[in-house]
Amino acid sequence: MRRRLLAGLAGLFFVLGAQATTAQQEFIVVSSTTSTEQSGLFAHLLPLFEKDTGIKVRVVALGTGQALDMARRGDADVVFVHDQAAEEKFVAEGFGVKRLPVMYNDFVLVGPKGDPAKVAGGKDILVALQKVAAAQAPFVSRGDKSGTHAAELRYWKAAGVDLDAKKGAWYKDTGSGMGPTLNTASSMNGYVLTDRGTWLSFKNRGDLAILVEGDQKLFNQYGVMLVDPAKHPHVKKDLGQQFVDWVVSPQGQAAIAGYKIGGEQLFFPNARG
Amino acid sequence: MNAFSESLSLAAGLVAHLDAKLSGIVLLSLRVSLTATALAALVGLPIGAAIAVGRFPGRHALTIVLNSMMGLPPVVVGLVVYLLLSRAGPLGTFGILFTPTAMIVAQTILITPIIAALSRQVVADAWSEYREQLTSLGATTPSAALTLILDTRFALATVLLAGFGRAIAEVGAVMIVGGNIDGVTRVMTTTIALETSKGDLPLALALGIVLIAIVLIVNAVAQYLREWARTRYG
Amino acid sequence: MADAMVASGLPIVCAGIGVGHNGARLLHGIELTVERGACTLILGANGSGKSTLLRVLHGLAAPSGGTIAWGGSAHRPAGQAMVFQRAVLLRRSAAANIRYALDLAGVRGSEADARIDDALTEVGLRALAARSARVLSGGEQQRLALARAWALRPEVLFLDEPTASLDPKASRAVEAIVRGIHARGTTIVMTTHNLAQAKRLATDVVFLQEGRLVEQSPADEFFNAPRTVEAAAFLEGERL
Repeated sequence: MRRRLLAGLAGLFFVLGAQATTAQQEFIVVSSTTSTEQSGLFAHLLPLFEKDTGIKVRVVALGTGQALDMARRGDADVVFVHDQAAEEKFVAEGFGVKRLPVMYNDFVLVGPKGDPAKVAGGKDILVALQKVAAAQAPFVSRGDKSGTHAAELRYWKAAGVDLDAKKGAWYKDTGSGMGPTLNTASSMNGYVLTDRGTWLSFKNRGDLAILVEGDQKLFNQYGVMLVDPAKHPHVKKDLGQQFVDWVVSPQGQAAIAGYKIGGEQLFFPNARG
Repeated sequence: MNAFSESLSLAAGLVAHLDAKLSGIVLLSLRVSLTATALAALVGLPIGAAIAVGRFPGRHALTIVLNSMMGLPPVVVGLVVYLLLSRAGPLGTFGILFTPTAMIVAQTILITPIIAALSRQVVADAWSEYREQLTSLGATTPSAALTLILDTRFALATVLLAGFGRAIAEVGAVMIVGGNIDGVTRVMTTTIALETSKGDLPLALALGIVLIAIVLIVNAVAQYLREWARTRYG
Repeated sequence: MADAMVASGLPIVCAGIGVGHNGARLLHGIELTVERGACTLILGANGSGKSTLLRVLHGLAAPSGGTIAWGGSAHRPAGQAMVFQRAVLLRRSAAANIRYALDLAGVRGSEADARIDDALTEVGLRALAARSARVLSGGEQQRLALARAWALRPEVLFLDEPTASLDPKASRAVEAIVRGIHARGTTIVMTTHNLAQAKRLATDVVFLQEGRLVEQSPADEFFNAPRTVEAAAFLEGERL
C-alpha cells in the first residue's frame, strides 16, 4: 500500500517536472484579434517567421480592446491589431514604442440572399446601412469593443443613423467574437458586417452571402507595435523587435501576400518601405 | 441530423488516424486536468477529513461554505487567477500566465472545494461508523482521520474522478488564463469553443464526442472500482 | 509484560453518575463498583440506559454529573477494550485488523505476529486470517472483533449486546469466547437484554430501569431471590 502511494507521488512529480522542461525555446507573446487568428493568417505566417529566426510566437487572440488592455498590463510583448485610433492612443499613453502599418484587409456587408433591405450590389456602405435601418431588417453586431465593432459604429455614425434612438428589435448586440456573431446572423438570417478573412473561412453560412463590398471606406488597416520596455521591463524587447521588423520586411510582406483562401488573397501588405 | 452523422464519421476518422494535432490537444487536456486533480487531492483530502472529524466552532458554517464553493463558476475563477498572474498583478513576476501551469493553477482552485466537500462527506459518514471503536482502541483524532482516509480510499477515488471530470470539461477558466494559444495552451474544450466560433460545427462536435468519450470512460472506471471494492473488501 | 507497567484501571467506581442529553436524562445517580475478576452483566429493557452506562464505564461518554474513577485515577487507563453490537472492522484482512489495534497499543514485530496468531486461533478464525474482514459473516466478524480485543490482553473487556444481531449458533460461539477470556483473568462488563444469556455468563448483575440503577447483586441472588420489586417484575415479565 505504501509502495503504491510512493509510486503515485513519483508519477506526480514526473508529470509536473515534464511541464517545467518543455518551454525552453525562445518565444514571444503577441496579443492580436480573434478575426485575425480565425482567418488563419497566423497559422500560415508564424511558421515562416520561426524558420527565419528560430523564435516561436504565442498568439493570444482577443477583441482589439482586450488585446490592447492586455498589453497595457504587460502580459504581451507585441500588439497586432486593426484600430488605428486606438493604437495611436496606446503609443501616446507610452505603452507602445511605435506604430507601424503592416497590411490591410477589408470588411464586407453580408446578408440573407432574400435581401429585404435591397442593398445587394451596392458600392457604398453608408447608403447600404441607411437602407438596413430604414427597413428595420435584422442586423447583428459584435458589440465587443473590437476593431470590427469600432469600424461598424463609425459607419453607422457616418451614415447618420442614431442607433440609440433607432435601436429596436432589429439591431442585435451579441457581445462576442466574429465567428459567434456570424453564427447568430446565419441562424436568424440577419445582416452583419464582417472582415473578409473570417467570412472566407466561415463554414456555417446558411442563407447568407456577400452583398456589399469594394467600398474604399471598408478597408481595414492593421498596425503592429512593440510594447514599451520602459513601462514593462520584462518585455522581450529584442525578440519582439525582430518580429516587428520581420512583418514589415520584404519577406514578411511577401508571406502576408502569399496567404490565400480558395485562391483568394485576404490581406494586402502596405508597410512603408 | 446530418450535422451529427457528419460529425460522427469525422470523429471516428480523427481518432482512427491518431491525428497528431488532436493527440496533442487531448494529451494536454489530460496533463492539465490530471495534475490539477492530483494537487487538489493533496489539499482537499486533508481539509475534508479535518472538517469531518474535527470539533471546532464554526464547523457547520464552514461545511456550508465548502459545499457552496463546489459551484464556483469556472469563468470567475479564471478571471481571478488571471488578475493574480497578470504582469500587473501580485504574482506577475513568475511569468506563468498563458502557460499550462496557469491552467493547472486555475483548475486546481476550481476543483479543490469539490474534492474537499465530497471527501468531507465520505469521511464524516465513515467517522460516525468508526468513531467509538477507534477511540476505544486509543487512536488520536488525527491518527483516526488518516486511518479513515485509507479505509475509504475507494470512495475517495471516485471523489477524485468526479473532480477530474469537472476539470477536463470546463472551458471558462482555462480559456482566460491559458489564452487558447495554438500548440501551447489549446485544450479540448477551448478548441471546441474556437471551432464553434469559426462556424466549423462538425469539427467542434467531433471533438465534443471525443471529450464525452473520455468522461464516459472515467465514469465507467469509477463505477467498476466501486463495485470491485465492494465485493473484494466489503 | 507491558501490562505490569500500566497502572490498573480497577476497580471502577461510579459515584452519583448522571448523564443528560438534549434535555433528556439518560442516567440518574448511578452508584456502581466493578471489581476485578467479575463478569458483570448489565440488564434492562431497551432505553433503560444500559449502553450509556457501558460507555461511561469505558470512558467513551463523559458524565454530566458525579465522578468515575478507574483504579483510583480520574483518567481512563490503557488496557481496556470494547466490542460493539455490530463489529467495526477496517477494509483490510482479518489479521491486519488485529495488527492495527496492536500497533496503536505499541505492540509490533514478532510479538504482534504471535499475538495475532494466538488470538485468531482462540476464536477459530486462523484459516481466515488473510480474508478481507468485511466480507466475513456476521458471526465471524464478531469473533474477529473479540480476537482483536483479546490480542490487546485487556484488563477489562466491555461488550455492548454483542450477540443481538447474531443467530443462535453464532451467539453460542461468541459466549464461549467471552467465557474463555473471562477465565483467563479479564474482567468482563457486558450489556444484554437476553435473560438466559445473562444467567449463563454473569457473576454479577446490574439492573437498570429508566436510567436508574435499581439493583446490583451477585448473579445467584438476582435470578433466584431479587431484592427489589422492580427486578422481580422484570424477571417475571421475561419469564412469560
